[in-house]
Amino acid sequence: MGDMKVYFDNNATTPIHPEVKKELIAGMEMFGNPSSMHAWGREARANVEDARRRVAGFIGAHEHEIVFVGSGSEANNTVLSLFVCGTSQCIPGTRMRSTIITTRIEHPCVLETSECLAHRGANVRYLDVDSYGKVDLDQLESMLGDDVGLVSVMMANNEIGTLQDIETITKMVHEKGAYMHTDAVQAVGKVPVDVRKLGVDFLTMSAHKIYGPKGVGALFVRQGIPYCPLIRGGHQERGRRAGTENTLGILGLGKAVEMRALEMEAEEKKLLELKKILRHGIAERIDDIRFNGHPEESLAGTLNVSFAGAEGEAILLYLDLVGIAVSTGSACASGSLDPSHVLLATGVDAETAHGSIRISMGRESTLFQVEYLLEVLPGTIQRIRDMSTAYIKGGCHVAGR
Amino acid sequence: MLQAGEWAYTEKLKEHFMSPRNILQGDNTDDFDGVGMEGNLQCGDQMLVAIKVDKEKEVITDCKWKTYGCASAIASTSILSEMVKGMTLEQAFHVTPKDVVKELGGLPDHKIHCSVLGDKALRASINNFYSRNGMDDRVKQEQATIVCQCMNITDHDIEEAVLEGARSYYELQERTKLGTVCGQCKDEAEALLEKFKHIHFGA
Repeated sequence: MGDMKVYFDNNATTPIHPEVKKELIAGMEMFGNPSSMHAWGREARANVEDARRRVAGFIGAHEHEIVFVGSGSEANNTVLSLFVCGTSQCIPGTRMRSTIITTRIEHPCVLETSECLAHRGANVRYLDVDSYGKVDLDQLESMLGDDVGLVSVMMANNEIGTLQDIETITKMVHEKGAYMHTDAVQAVGKVPVDVRKLGVDFLTMSAHKIYGPKGVGALFVRQGIPYCPLIRGGHQERGRRAGTENTLGILGLGKAVEMRALEMEAEEKKLLELKKILRHGIAERIDDIRFNGHPEESLAGTLNVSFAGAEGEAILLYLDLVGIAVSTGSACASGSLDPSHVLLATGVDAETAHGSIRISMGRESTLFQVEYLLEVLPGTIQRIRDMSTAYIKGGCHVAGR
Repeated sequence: MLQAGEWAYTEKLKEHFMSPRNILQGDNTDDFDGVGMEGNLQCGDQMLVAIKVDKEKEVITDCKWKTYGCASAIASTSILSEMVKGMTLEQAFHVTPKDVVKELGGLPDHKIHCSVLGDKALRASINNFYSRNGMDDRVKQEQATIVCQCMNITDHDIEEAVLEGARSYYELQERTKLGTVCGQCKDEAEALLEKFKHIHFGA
């Protein structure tokens, strides 16, 4: 078992798919600038546009609606920042609506941008979630007024995997004349995503979460939507994102979605089965635990679990020592003092949040790996609990006697 | 290409994390002469220190602990328990977080705060020994002095903020809200900021 390597951190990033890797290696020969008119440029252009068609096809969009960007974070920043332009003079004829609604469980790239926009005069409101991480639709209804310009709700949560009903939310948002954005970085390629069915105006996706390369993502912008680029000063991407295209990355993204279309359905079934085994195994072998996130409406490969009396970073590092990679919502691993904002938003208390780990499986995960984790985890937790003050009977009182 | 790097921790720390020394087995501290506990579970760190004392010589003969916390917290309590064995109570009382960090071979800046509870718990256990043995006069409280009257911020709060990463007056204000009302405490706060930066980071 000494050489066992188990990568259960696929929500952080994924290994490159072998087919994508082949495409990337072949693509390295292609160095032309897609903006050039000569043969080298035309070759690059042809491949970029081919990838665009694949990405558009994968999410049911028109190819003109796909903007290649540098990351999911960039796409999210673009949409939110665009809104500030949309409410001022940058986009002529746009009606001023100064309120943005988002949720308490978004990725920091949405939350921190929202905070910045609030400083710049936008009115930002945050939706609460229930104990499973589901957005409160009644609260949304009550927040939606004619002052609301944009609603941004993530489709699948990166930490707990909970899926939101974007279709219903979009209908509510459109009824009040606001635009709808969803950060679908964790959803695209794992659950079916069709932008027409969802009805959204903007959708964010990223390559490296779906076995593609890092440094490339795509933003879907529905045709006819007011738009202002975040990175200005170039005609690339039809003027919507300046900068010479990341041709290799775009090629990789195109191949990645192609492979997803072939593999995701069978993979989801496999992951659901593995998660069931993992969940039962943990519940059976370890006391004082809590599973976080929605039991059904959740990403197939994501399992978030809290262990009372054991701190997350300690769990992560003891597992690292035996070749298993997981992630944690503990404050200590992130450098801040506050534990996961997502877990706190679901009503988990700080102590429980400190003791949480996220197990995120993917296409390469196997039953053998799940069994290995189940074999190692009980002892790891016991070891940490044995040295923990949390398991002293009477807790704090022992010191006073 | 490079292989996976080492952890953000020193080998010494990693070693103490992998095989912590002197963990208190079970939860019975009846055989000990002094017990102290600091921190709380909500904040993500809690440490308990239990000591045995040679009452004649006032020397610590044994030190056991329990810690709820991250790798730095576990390793710093482990190493502290080794450091203090053989120390007099007086010596042990003056062990600082800096001593512990030095013994560990250093800690990343944002982890320094994980190491400050061990010495606090140790002092609490020494005080506990004094009061159990009718030496209440020797119990030394960790007295905090209020610096910012408006926001009720003490020198301990400033020290805590420095340990958590504040390096400038502005960062200190961000963390503590100190001096954000009348501003009269600015000079004193800046002096303390420099002092704690020097004590903990040699800056």
